[in-house]
Amino acid sequence: MSDIDHATALSVVTTALQELLTQNGDEVPEPLDASVVLVGKGAVIDSLGVVSLIVEIEQLLETKHDVSVTLANDRAMSERNSPFRTVGVLADHVMSLIALDQAKAV
Amino acid sequence: MTDRQVVLITGTRKGIGRHLAEHYLQKGCIVEGCSRGDLDLGDSNYTHHHVDVSDEKQVRTMISSINKRHGRLDVVMNNAAIASMNHVLLTPAASANRMFEVNVTGTMLVCRDAAKVMMRRRYGRIVNFTTIVAPIALAGEAVYAASKSAVVTLTRILAFELGQWGITCNSFGATPIMTDMIKGVPKEKVDAVVNNLAIKRLGTYEDCANVCDFFISPASDNITGQVIYLGGIT
Repeated sequence: MSDIDHATALSVVTTALQELLTQNGDEVPEPLDASVVLVGKGAVIDSLGVVSLIVEIEQLLETKHDVSVTLANDRAMSERNSPFRTVGVLADHVMSLIALDQAKAV
Repeated sequence: MTDRQVVLITGTRKGIGRHLAEHYLQKGCIVEGCSRGDLDLGDSNYTHHHVDVSDEKQVRTMISSINKRHGRLDVVMNNAAIASMNHVLLTPAASANRMFEVNVTGTMLVCRDAAKVMMRRRYGRIVNFTTIVAPIALAGEAVYAASKSAVVTLTRILAFELGQWGITCNSFGATPIMTDMIKGVPKEKVDAVVNNLAIKRLGTYEDCANVCDFFISPASDNITGQVIYLGGIT
């Protein structure tokens, strides 16, 4: 059973984003919170940045929390409203995937 | 995190994969291997995983285990493959689908999950195995050759998709080697292939290790998207 709550999921997403922006020499938005836009108008990263961010989040979840999820699954890619559009929506997406995995495991 | 190079080779139970596992163990690497069957190399630096590379969950579990134990993955060699040598008129859909599942989807899954680990250290070497039967258009191997052509295309595009993270992707096609995979091919057919090569001899495991050593060398960081065939085939 995962020990991840929504605050932890949000923290994983912001940590990964901060790491990515710092690595690329890009400005880190202040505050770095749920409202930060990741896709579309006002996004702080480009499409390849989204790919890097998704992988970094998956790796952090696996190495730090022993949680294995695939964020870019078929369902996510076909949703009309991208589950990657903001930091907060992405944290929600992480939580829903973990809940789905746990439901399957029961 | 280990300070030794970690190498994952698929299809290590026998043939080329097994030889490469022993080759990189001798070079002091930590070697992780997989196949659908058992393998005990009697070396504590070798770990074997029971994996069908076309099974997404099994591949993910294997790579996750490597990442957790070693904290890195430097090299991947996608050697696992299946072949069914049949005239196209005698090839069932199930057989064709299975070849594509293992040879193409399996290679893609291992590349994908390995690259996710490699990109964090901004370093990786991927070698995907193809075959000379694709460029020489060998009759009787239509579906197998088609699946291996797909591997070459996959590799060329992965080179562009993963290059920015310091990951190189290349493919390698050996000439016939007396592995189990070609034991069932009539001798006349093997001889005919060999006689059409620039270097008229069977391939060896050492030939394969030589090309892999070149591709995975840290000095080969500008060698990507390439395919090398043995024996003069282009």
